[in-house]
Amino acid sequence: MSETPLTRNIAPGKPPTDLAAYDANGGYQAVRDTIGKVDPDGVLDIIKDSNLRGRGGAGYPTGMKWSFVPKPRPDEGHRYLVANADEMEPGTFKDRLLMEFDPHQLIEGMILSSYTISADRGYIFIRDEYHTAIKRLNDAIKEAENKNYLGDRILGTDFSFHLHVHVSAGRYICGEETALLNSLEGKRANPRAKPPFPQVSGLWGRPTIVNNVETLCNIPHIVTHGADWYQSLGSGNDAGTKLYGASGRVKKPGCWELPIGTSIREILENHAGGMLDGYELKGLLPGGASTDFLVAEPLDLPMDYESIMQAGSRMGTGTMIILDDKTCPVGMIANLMKFFARESCGFCTPCREGLPWVKQILDGIEAGTGRLGDMDILERQSQFIGAISNTHCAHAPGAIEPLSSGLKYFHEDFIAHIENKTCPYTGGAT
Amino acid sequence: MPTIKVDGQELEVKEGVNLLDALLSAGIDVPYFCWHPSMGSIGACRQCAVIQYADEEDTRGRIVMSCMTPVTDNAVFSVDAENAATFRDSVIENLMLNHPHDCPVCEEGGECHLQDMTVMAGHRNRQYEGKKTTYPNQYLGPFIGHEMNRCISCYRCVRYYRDYSGGHDLSAFASRSRVFFGRAADGVLENEFAGNLVEVCPTGVFTDKTLSKHYTRKWDLQSAPTVCQGCSLGCNTYTSERYGEIRRVHNRYHQDVNGYFLCDRGRFGAGFVASSKRIPQSGIRNDQGLYDAVSLDTAITKIQAIISEGTKVVGIGSARASLESNFALRQFVGQENFCNGMTEIDQEMHGIIIDVLQSKLTTPSLTEVEEYDAVLILGEDVTNHAPRLALSVRQATRNLASEMAGNTQIPQWHDAAVRVLAQNHRSPLIVVTPTEDRLDEVASSSMRLMPRDIAELGYALAEEIAGNTTSSTPDVEAIARTLLEAKKPLVISGSSSQSPDILKAAVNLSLALKDRNDRAGIFLCANECNSVGVAMIDNERSISELLSTSPSVVVVLENDLSIRLGQQFSSSISSVNNLIAIDHLDNSTTSASSVVLPAATFAEAEGTLVNSEGRAQRSMAVYKAQDEIKAGYHLIDALAGNERSSTEVRSELSEQIPALAGILKAAPESDFRFEGAKFPRMTHRSSGRTAMRADISVHEPKQPVDEESALSFSMEGNQQQAPASLRAYTWSPGWNSNQSVHKFQSEVGGEYVGGDSGYLLFRESVDIEPFSKSTQAYSALIPRYHIFGSDELSAESEELSTLIPRPYLRINNTTAKNLKVEQGDGLMCTINNGNLQFAVIVDEAIPDNTFVYPIIPETRGMNGISSTDFSRVDDWVQDMDPLSPKTITTDRSS
Repeated sequence: MSETPLTRNIAPGKPPTDLAAYDANGGYQAVRDTIGKVDPDGVLDIIKDSNLRGRGGAGYPTGMKWSFVPKPRPDEGHRYLVANADEMEPGTFKDRLLMEFDPHQLIEGMILSSYTISADRGYIFIRDEYHTAIKRLNDAIKEAENKNYLGDRILGTDFSFHLHVHVSAGRYICGEETALLNSLEGKRANPRAKPPFPQVSGLWGRPTIVNNVETLCNIPHIVTHGADWYQSLGSGNDAGTKLYGASGRVKKPGCWELPIGTSIREILENHAGGMLDGYELKGLLPGGASTDFLVAEPLDLPMDYESIMQAGSRMGTGTMIILDDKTCPVGMIANLMKFFARESCGFCTPCREGLPWVKQILDGIEAGTGRLGDMDILERQSQFIGAISNTHCAHAPGAIEPLSSGLKYFHEDFIAHIENKTCPYTGGAT
Repeated sequence: MPTIKVDGQELEVKEGVNLLDALLSAGIDVPYFCWHPSMGSIGACRQCAVIQYADEEDTRGRIVMSCMTPVTDNAVFSVDAENAATFRDSVIENLMLNHPHDCPVCEEGGECHLQDMTVMAGHRNRQYEGKKTTYPNQYLGPFIGHEMNRCISCYRCVRYYRDYSGGHDLSAFASRSRVFFGRAADGVLENEFAGNLVEVCPTGVFTDKTLSKHYTRKWDLQSAPTVCQGCSLGCNTYTSERYGEIRRVHNRYHQDVNGYFLCDRGRFGAGFVASSKRIPQSGIRNDQGLYDAVSLDTAITKIQAIISEGTKVVGIGSARASLESNFALRQFVGQENFCNGMTEIDQEMHGIIIDVLQSKLTTPSLTEVEEYDAVLILGEDVTNHAPRLALSVRQATRNLASEMAGNTQIPQWHDAAVRVLAQNHRSPLIVVTPTEDRLDEVASSSMRLMPRDIAELGYALAEEIAGNTTSSTPDVEAIARTLLEAKKPLVISGSSSQSPDILKAAVNLSLALKDRNDRAGIFLCANECNSVGVAMIDNERSISELLSTSPSVVVVLENDLSIRLGQQFSSSISSVNNLIAIDHLDNSTTSASSVVLPAATFAEAEGTLVNSEGRAQRSMAVYKAQDEIKAGYHLIDALAGNERSSTEVRSELSEQIPALAGILKAAPESDFRFEGAKFPRMTHRSSGRTAMRADISVHEPKQPVDEESALSFSMEGNQQQAPASLRAYTWSPGWNSNQSVHKFQSEVGGEYVGGDSGYLLFRESVDIEPFSKSTQAYSALIPRYHIFGSDELSAESEELSTLIPRPYLRINNTTAKNLKVEQGDGLMCTINNGNLQFAVIVDEAIPDNTFVYPIIPETRGMNGISSTDFSRVDDWVQDMDPLSPKTITTDRSS
């Protein structure tokens, strides 16, 4: 049985972990052992050595990200740490689990992280729909403040850190870290052009680190057990564990903490219980809705950043959406495009104008009014929207991935819709 | 300077600019929408995509937005690469999905940046068959129309309106493919520079309503390079007409003056030319006190008879008339019988301004103002008196942001990033004015002082900075410290305070600052478009002094004496046998004259003006006036029996007044030619000229001949080769909008190839001594300027006049109690035999027994009214907020 540090306080039926329960299981020991006792650079080295990579989707090495924060100068003003808890990727529900059932783990991770980057203010930017998580996080912050894990001069040291929960007003794009910062500042949630990166000019123009909830939850364990231990948890090139999820027509949709690099087959068959009876696997989106379909024998691929990349997709958030053989792929893609077009911030042309057009064409094909020429437009629009530098942020290039891969893998399905002037799938509502 | 390679061609480019800027400066066309030379880059439209290669060997490259790409030495790019061209084509295709293609009925058509960029990007066939997004449009006031369906979401409008000019009431609303650019609700756009939206918008979302009401395509407009008459700053404009009617005013780029932007008074204030008060013909007053319309010859003969019978003939010039007209009048009546048409206070203030301009003190241009990193405004209502300067001051407060960006290696053109980094950090701006000021919102501190105390503060600052005192107040110490700590401190003052003391204090302060920091500057705003110019011709005696010499005949040039003399107007002219008025709008002075001659406005006559910074600029006639209407100098010459061209008048002027000799360099004279031809006022595409009279006769009449300038009333000639002062419109092949201006600049945002128009007259620096502290007598009545209403001429423009405040008096509670009124009540006084009622605004920042009143048409005769003249109006009904008249109409087209 492998170690599951992130979910060690979480089990089905178990009540959420409060401070007493968290403390009793070694909680905040890392804070007590580190703050004021270990040099922040020392903590940074551990994180760098651990090879922890961001769990929000991009997989950027966390220690490297932190190392770009300039060294603090006296009296220069606030520096910020922001937990990205705006979990809105369709099919993704891993951070919710961590926040609802073990909120102190996130708080401890944020204390240690802010200590490392010398941040004195923290925000948990959380989507409005996570009512339970919002309440539990706020309660947990109060508990931590009462114990002086948060607030001024934490545990008698010179280090102060104030943490606030900010409930988002909505919009998927707020999960993009710079759009999140704009939103947090009370501005339109348009992403910012990078460079400058938030490490240099982030929240209110100050040095800022934005990390995914799951990433931050790893920190206390890495600090406690060390980089080597953490490296040993992963089964491939990557380090640590990962919350994997599966949704779609599987027997047991859910979310599991597994060694990073666990194969898709194991996730699908051992944990999700395999496909529902009468359904075959047709393809899957490995890392949430904004990743490319995998179809050709994906089952033995390890779910790590490099392997999935080489297979032509991205591990993303690690939460798979399963496409079965009785669900119309065109309908599924149209549905996703509807979501992404609606969630465009409206800033840059390819995303704002390009996605709704694609969505319109897909709706037409699905409804049986498509024409062969539509395929050319879809191809062209996929090219136009698809490259990362073509757009202002990663929203549209990610959004178009299910389409561009779908055009490749499900070409006959598209053509069948167009030639038969109807959707060949029946009862396959997505 | 970095060298880059673009499509195989090596280019030396300016350090620190972005690639788009560098490419346009090098004459390479790249389509763009969201980038603007004054507003930098944000990377929203993705239109300016090019390919960047890793090195010479790289053949794939990657798409980059040229506006977001720094130029670095040896960087390799391609504009022409097929994938870049395909991408740019796709951007247009996608932008066009929801664009209504209503070019035939769109006011932007023919000068539309979207049209130009569409053609440039090469996109032709639209394959979109869906519905187009539609939006409701809003009423945005009398100036600007709103047609949201045309929007391509480039975000320029909100960036200009909010970020650049400091407006609050225009925003981007909603998201995805339904972003709406407008106000939260219908209403008049509040910002004083809103009119620039018309030019900032790359398509027809924001259009000029004053043009729409009698719309003409750009190619059918006859235009001329003109100089704004609205205030003393001399912004460069293109004024355009058709059928003898002014249709619109557009910005005419000048590197050192207005750059790319005008204020709304300048843009929408030329309508006075067609005012119902316009004097179309000569008139002789009959026995009933009415005017008989007579021919110009008859009127001239009549005046000559009056003059020959007169004992003493004097002339009163005008700060709103050209140098040429003022000089002709001075020649006509003789130097000793001329005054420049100002009051004593105005003369003293403009004397000080000229002293400063010719001194060693640094007097920056509007563009240079933007470079100062600490600004003190001493008593000047910048936004309402010299509006375009306020826009420059707003940019000056961003120097700290630029510095922060520089320290963080963020390029200055990376607009959003610079703003994120700087947030609310601004360079210091200290606003010291009698009442609340529009610039307070970007000021580091604001002080409310009455004029006397502002002067005191200025003198105290001068002493403190010179180190002559050890007992300054904390305020003085703090301001002095701010100014001394700055790299480039600037003091702004001006004549709106009506206090020569404040100007003197500002000068003393600037002299003290200059001793400590050679980069210190001073900007003094003059009063009217040619105040500095006429004061340079002659600043010897005031109107009152001249009238006290008992003249029998007074020739008044383009000047309403009732404004200058106020309550003394009637008594001052009562002993004058014959008042001769030369003007273009009916006013109290023309109504009191024996004979009135119809003068041309700026739109019909060439004339030279000198602005606040001492820049002589020539404004060209836009169209030929009707027969009887003539330039002021021609009418005066006719009285004298002279016949001179404006060139000849200027030539004599430059000989007789050496300080003004430089005006000959302001623009080429009438004999200037390119390849033997004059320069056209009409576009080469003008379809109207040969057709406009075709219903009468297919034979086209001969075009009027312009004997006054090197411009012609025709489409023949080479506009592109015209020097800046003679370019009647801006157009370049493929660039039909005003954005073609970069084709004429030495580099983007730089001076024109061949030099900018106009000529700075003050080029030597004479030593100047600090003024000895004086204390003038202050009235209990403090005038307050308003961008709409305080300028005599623009206030007569139809649309602008609807935004003029109603008469009000700002008083404090004690004063209000003494007069038995409160907020919202009415007060009245008697002006020139009429009653004028005011709404009471209670403002505790006003001292006891002090009355702040607006300078608006109704209050022009207030000069001489005292605090005891006000009494309560018992039956007062306040119909609207006196400060923000709203003209919400249901008719969007009007």
